Amino acid sequence: MSVDSVFVHKMWNDNELSKMVQGGVPFPMLSDGGGRVGTAYGIYDADAGVETRGRFIIDPDGVVQGYEVLTPPVGRNVMESFRQVQAFQLVREKKGAEATPSGWKPGKMTLKPGPDLVGKVWEVWKTSMAFDD
Amino acid sequence: MPEEFKPGCARPTGGPVGEEPILTEKGEEMEKTTREVKQAMIQVGKKAPDFSAPAYHQGKFINVKLSEYLGKWVLLCFYPGDFTFV
Repeated sequence: MSVDSVFVHKMWNDNELSKMVQGGVPFPMLSDGGGRVGTAYGIYDADAGVETRGRFIIDPDGVVQGYEVLTPPVGRNVMESFRQVQAFQLVREKKGAEATPSGWKPGKMTLKPGPDLVGKVWEVWKTSMAFDD
Repeated sequence: MPEEFKPGCARPTGGPVGEEPILTEKGEEMEKTTREVKQAMIQVGKKAPDFSAPAYHQGKFINVKLSEYLGKWVLLCFYPGDFTFV
């Protein structure tokens, strides 16, 4: 979503993005002229008249589970967004019985919060697990 | 799900859904373009503000409403503008 019109979105997709992604952008390119939606989400820069690089993860109940906002010159990490969605999906599936520690990604161990784990995380989880192998 | 629309010469716009009308001193609803909206960061764990917005998708112009995606995971990405490089 940006403040550009759907006409400009079409030009950008048809003339540039479709040369990077086969078949063009697979998801809807939303238009927010005036930045009213961006304002509702807190990421509209009224001084510049544009939206900043805000990314929101919204769950199936319509609840915001996480967000990240960057200034214009730094691009996002798509894999990190996917990792966070996968983590939120796991937590939702386990109905909160499991939590994903720092650096978790699919295949890595989860933690089961409860009385027995209090003060014992150090026994089962090592700081090296927070980093990629 | 999103419905296709035929664009006219006016630039299509959308906005938040279910927004409270702001009344002027005379009790009339204030023009959406002249109202000042207070901006605050939204909170995690709270409902995402619903909105309706025009979109370009696979050769068509459609109207997208966030609440139509209930039941699915949504990644909503804002960016400064088309052709902004990164």
